[in-house]
Amino acid sequence: MPGYHYILVSLALFFIGTAGVLLRRNAIFVLMSLELQLGAGSLALLTFARGLGDQRGHVVAFFLMALAAAEAAVGLAVMVAVYRTRKQIDLDGIHELRN
Amino acid sequence: MFSRLHLIPLLPLLGAAFLILFGRRLSRQVVQTIATLAVFAAFVISADAFFFGLPEVVHHGGLAQLVYSWFSAGNVVVDLSLRMDALSGLLCLIITFIGALIHVYSAGYMAHDHDYPRFFAYLNLFCGAMLILVLGDSLPVVFIGWEGVGLASYLLIGFWYKENANASAGKKAFITNRIGDFGFLIGMFLLFRATGTLDIPAILDAAKTGNAALLAPLWWGQSVAFWAALFLFVGACGKSAQIPLYVWLPDAMAGPTPVSALIHAATMVTAGVYLVARMSAVYMVAPAALAIVAIVGALTALFAAIIGFAQNDFKKVLAYSTVSQLGFMFVGVGTANFAGGVFHLFTHAFFKAGLFLCAGSVMHAMGGSGDITAMGGLGKRLPWTTRVFQICWLAICGVPIFSGFFSKDSILDGAFATEVYGHGLAWVGPFVGAILAVAALGTAFYMSRLYFLVFSGPCRADEHVQDHIHESPVSMVFPLVVLAVGALLAGLVGVPPALRELFGKHGESTIAAWLEPAVGAPLEVAHRTEWLAMGLSTAIAFSGIGLAYLFFGGGYRAPAHAFVQRFPGLTALARDKFRVDELYGFLIIRPLQTLCRVVFLVVDRILIDKILIGGWAFAADLGGRVFRFFQAGDIQRYLAVFVIGLAVLVWVAARPAVPDDVRVTVEGNSVKVTLVDSEAITGNLTYAFDFDGDGTPDRTGQSPSATWTYAGPARYTINILIRDARWHTQRTLTRDIEIR
Repeated sequence: MPGYHYILVSLALFFIGTAGVLLRRNAIFVLMSLELQLGAGSLALLTFARGLGDQRGHVVAFFLMALAAAEAAVGLAVMVAVYRTRKQIDLDGIHELRN
Repeated sequence: MFSRLHLIPLLPLLGAAFLILFGRRLSRQVVQTIATLAVFAAFVISADAFFFGLPEVVHHGGLAQLVYSWFSAGNVVVDLSLRMDALSGLLCLIITFIGALIHVYSAGYMAHDHDYPRFFAYLNLFCGAMLILVLGDSLPVVFIGWEGVGLASYLLIGFWYKENANASAGKKAFITNRIGDFGFLIGMFLLFRATGTLDIPAILDAAKTGNAALLAPLWWGQSVAFWAALFLFVGACGKSAQIPLYVWLPDAMAGPTPVSALIHAATMVTAGVYLVARMSAVYMVAPAALAIVAIVGALTALFAAIIGFAQNDFKKVLAYSTVSQLGFMFVGVGTANFAGGVFHLFTHAFFKAGLFLCAGSVMHAMGGSGDITAMGGLGKRLPWTTRVFQICWLAICGVPIFSGFFSKDSILDGAFATEVYGHGLAWVGPFVGAILAVAALGTAFYMSRLYFLVFSGPCRADEHVQDHIHESPVSMVFPLVVLAVGALLAGLVGVPPALRELFGKHGESTIAAWLEPAVGAPLEVAHRTEWLAMGLSTAIAFSGIGLAYLFFGGGYRAPAHAFVQRFPGLTALARDKFRVDELYGFLIIRPLQTLCRVVFLVVDRILIDKILIGGWAFAADLGGRVFRFFQAGDIQRYLAVFVIGLAVLVWVAARPAVPDDVRVTVEGNSVKVTLVDSEAITGNLTYAFDFDGDGTPDRTGQSPSATWTYAGPARYTINILIRDARWHTQRTLTRDIEIR
């Protein structure tokens, strides 16, 4: 199947992103890893769209770009707000949901 | 079809509803007038129906009215139907007449009570329920009335509920009656099971025609009719205060005196006698049950009379007297002398209501105290009350001419003359007759004691009370006088045949002739027996009065003191009512309370509170504690769980699905093999079947089934290789087969 390798790249990106989200302590890096996951998803969509000749994948990829931008804006705004109140953005120190 | 019958119970019931709803806004006069008029109107309608429909009431099964069909389920059809025959008509007249009089009396008696609307509403409720009880034409309707009078009785005994003792007396009456009601229900069910109907006339017809189901043996060789009659009598025992369920009636005197007169002397307590008379045909086919009725009645009559000797409360003496007289009535109906029993019910209603109202009048004068040890000499101070009491006293003692003489005499006659029991139980009649004779002597004695202690001699009350003594107002004296006339003359409807002959009349007494179609022919009593019984009753009455005069004439005399000193234990025992209440407390109530406590501790406290409620709370709490551990508040840990869950989901959805079951069908030499996927997950699978075991596939493809024909009988091994192209996995299944 053509584009087989793109899928592998996408998978690799997704796992790197997942590892980043799960393991990084700094919230900025977690947000960046999230962007990585979204990018992996976009890449997979585009690959399948090209391979299957279906234009809907492209459309969703565009949506994903807008989504990623919005998510980054909101996420960074939240982080700024958290920093203002707590003077830190280390996720280990944020336990508001505990118990 | 007489269409005004339903008005008889309806008017008092409407009065009760109206007074409960609006009584508080109305003045005392209006409330009294409405209540009295409701009952008086019921009396007028009853009298109209009874006397103007007389031939029909007496001879043609009575006036009947189907008010409406109440309910039907399967083959049970219960109509709200009323019937007035001679028996229920007579009861109706007694209830409404005496009820109306007692309403009038209550207007005077309750003049200083602020809660008068409630009192008159309850009185009306009682009258309505009692009328339903007697007019009801099917057992469930009678039962409504039965429960209704029980309720009204409970409400009225505890009328002054702020005193704890009064409320307890009400509860005692209600609970004791409930024990009897259970008997009533069982009796009703037995009759229904045997006859398939609850209509009283139909049941009586079945009994009269000797219905086989009714006479079939049920338990211990006794017939259904016997057990039904016995259980109905248990109900009657509760309502009519017979041994062993009589204990509530003396306590019921806690209620206002008019209530004692109406409910606990004249009407409600006679409901049991009415029930036995109503179901007379059923009792007639069960002589053994009749014998039990008669023996219980006789023992109660004697026992209550003995307790009555030693009571020092005016109303308590009358209460035990009522229990005793009800025993007389039960002996009447229990000796198949139904007319006699009902006749005594009729006369007793007058003189006992009169006696109770006199008690009320006396207590009114004595500032509410009923202690007869502190009375005496009231004869001059309360002239009207005294006259009335004298008449009623002579009536209950059985002095000739007065009504009680005739009715008591007819019961004694019947007891000695009855032949209903057959050979084995022939001793019952004379036995209960002898007991009754002693009980009648006791009646004359304790009633005379009451009279002498209250009305004769010097007054033993303190001066403050003496200054207060006065005759009661007209509204109280008027009903007394009417009842005294009744107590004097009511016996004339039951003049026995032997006496009638002196006046040139023949045949049975008027009341027996009236009641004959309803309860069966009166007993044939030889004139000699009648004269003998009359002589005996007269002698008993006068000797009882004379004996009491020796003891108590003009106050406590020497023989009375001597007797108490000679037999202190016996007097104390009688004064303590033979400690029957204590016995019941020890035998029934204490074990029951212990059982309740155990059940409460085991079921309520442990099973329900601890296990069922506390258990769930504990489980929820434990679950919360366990799951709280996972709520660390660390978003990345949540995400890790999320990712693991997602991976599991992906694995379940996409895992290689391989058939795990092989079905082999053999036909001759050919074999068909089919692979079955028990989880029914379809995948992109290829199958390679090797039938002969040589290592090379004989059939390949995407079909999960294949056929093969072998050369001959032998054992073969089939290998099937399944490949999943998507996951590059494979699996081998093996089956051994034998071709024969």
